[in-house]
Amino acid sequence: MILGALGVGYGFMTSHKSFEEVEHLLAEESHHGGGHGEANAHHATPSHDTHAKAEGSHGEEAHAHVDEHTKHVEHVQHQIANRPWSALYVAAFFFMMIALGVLAFYAIQIASQAGWSPVLFRVMEGITAYLLPGAIIVLLIAIASGTIGHYNIFIWMDPDVVAHDKLIQGKSGWLNLGGFAIRGIIFIAGWALYRHFARKFSIAQDNAEPGDKTNFKKAFRITAGFLVFFIYTESMMSWDWIMSVDPHWFSTLFGWYVFASMFVSGITVIALLSIYLKSRGYLAFVNENHLHDVAKFMFGISIFWTYLWFSQFMLIWYSNIPEEVTYFITRINDYRLPFFGMVVMNFVFPLLLLMNADYKRMPWFVVMAGIVILAGHYIDIFNMIMPATVGDRWFIGIPEIGSVLLFGGLFIFVVFMSLSKASLLAKGYPLMKESEDFHY
Amino acid sequence: MEASKVIHAIYNDDDILMSAVKRVKAERYHIEEIYTPFPVHGLDRAMGLAPTRIAITAFIYGLIGLTVATLMMNFIMIEDWPQNIGGKPSFSYLENMPAFVPIMFELTVFFSAHLMVITFYLRSRMWPFKSAENPDPRTTDDHFLMEIAVNGNEEALSSMLKDTGAVEINLVDKAH
Repeated sequence: MILGALGVGYGFMTSHKSFEEVEHLLAEESHHGGGHGEANAHHATPSHDTHAKAEGSHGEEAHAHVDEHTKHVEHVQHQIANRPWSALYVAAFFFMMIALGVLAFYAIQIASQAGWSPVLFRVMEGITAYLLPGAIIVLLIAIASGTIGHYNIFIWMDPDVVAHDKLIQGKSGWLNLGGFAIRGIIFIAGWALYRHFARKFSIAQDNAEPGDKTNFKKAFRITAGFLVFFIYTESMMSWDWIMSVDPHWFSTLFGWYVFASMFVSGITVIALLSIYLKSRGYLAFVNENHLHDVAKFMFGISIFWTYLWFSQFMLIWYSNIPEEVTYFITRINDYRLPFFGMVVMNFVFPLLLLMNADYKRMPWFVVMAGIVILAGHYIDIFNMIMPATVGDRWFIGIPEIGSVLLFGGLFIFVVFMSLSKASLLAKGYPLMKESEDFHY
Repeated sequence: MEASKVIHAIYNDDDILMSAVKRVKAERYHIEEIYTPFPVHGLDRAMGLAPTRIAITAFIYGLIGLTVATLMMNFIMIEDWPQNIGGKPSFSYLENMPAFVPIMFELTVFFSAHLMVITFYLRSRMWPFKSAENPDPRTTDDHFLMEIAVNGNEEALSSMLKDTGAVEINLVDKAH
């Protein structure tokens, strides 16, 4: 069966609408922010004092807080210039992370030969199609911020900063632009290769002779390898792409923490997309039993996320070592609402909404919980990046919403394009019958 | 008082048992009880039993555990013998809360699990030194036993049960 035009049409419509809206907004916003920052940086170098003062008085009119910052006017201006970059980066990372989380979930389903989930394989494959473009965009933004931008996201990319910073100098064996780019390319290549071959074998299995299971076996084998590769690269990716925005700070369970976040967001998107497609009549074979299991994962991994979040927080809070605890002090002082808000959205909401077995079987309930979870995890990424780049000059305004719409549109477009290219039922998969008959 | 008669149909496979239960329900016989060596998934639904209420009790017990943990830690660590926790002598429960979360979590789970088990035992009328109720010791090993009330229709009932794949059918007097 081929997915009808409706799904694709919807994908096009949504993405076009948001593209237009967003390109407009974003271009305006980026030019404004970028131009401002550039002008500022250029002016600041030749005549340091006069311009910094001028900027300072300008800042005072605009912001009430500026008197605390008169010494750091440049710093603040830099933070303001960072905002569109960071907004773009957060949104790009968020959608990339959804695709990566779904890829990991998909790989686990294949490796464990789960019987309940094969009906959802094509939905998952559709979502993972965004991984390659999404990850390339993230890497390009990161590298661009250090080359054409003014080190707007990663300050360790600035040779000037490194020259005056013993701690970053000690880490420069890992944190350098060349290594960053090469590692990024290796991560993306590994993920994309697995995704490509898993999809290829999955479709080849559909067209295989009855009884021919070679493609299934091949997919199983590469999946086992991928999972090993993934857990190492995911961890390093989270150090590179997120943790290094605070180059002095480190946390040993950061990789797991980011993984929990991407895993739960990915599972939530699987649930939302399946419900949407089912409501359009394309997934007649998916019933509330499958939904129930996906919602169980949403519930369980939300709690897993909280566990990791709290483990990281409590140890640092308890030991109270200055170089570690600054991370949370910034977040609690300057980001009180998003910081605690996300715990409510990512823990309390799913805990209470999805605890009841009957609620997990109601699509509208899962959609509601899912939207809260997704918003919560966007804020989670926001909290990881923003405090290091823009400090207390944060706000969820046009640059942030614009970036979310831009990448959301691109995400929907790529995912629906991919969904329309193959049958929505991986009918050759050996465990398909079990999955179709699955009941709770 | 007249002793009522029941039929004990014995099966040796849970899938056969499941289809037999559906058949017996479809023919509108009354299943008194089923004895199985292990929990059979979906059996309660096939028998038409009311959904379990253990989940809601688990939630309530969890809340009780959380409350107990909070009150206990507050008394021990804050009121009775104020402690300087992690070099932060705030002497306030809320400000020291992160240190107490593991205990709050553990007691929630502890209360929920233990009280659930106790509730389950009481509700199933099981307590220490109680003599076993199951009519055939083989149901603790590898056989499944379905007990069906007989109202003078044993012929039809036995042949129907034979049909469903029972390996043994016994007519038993059950004293009330």
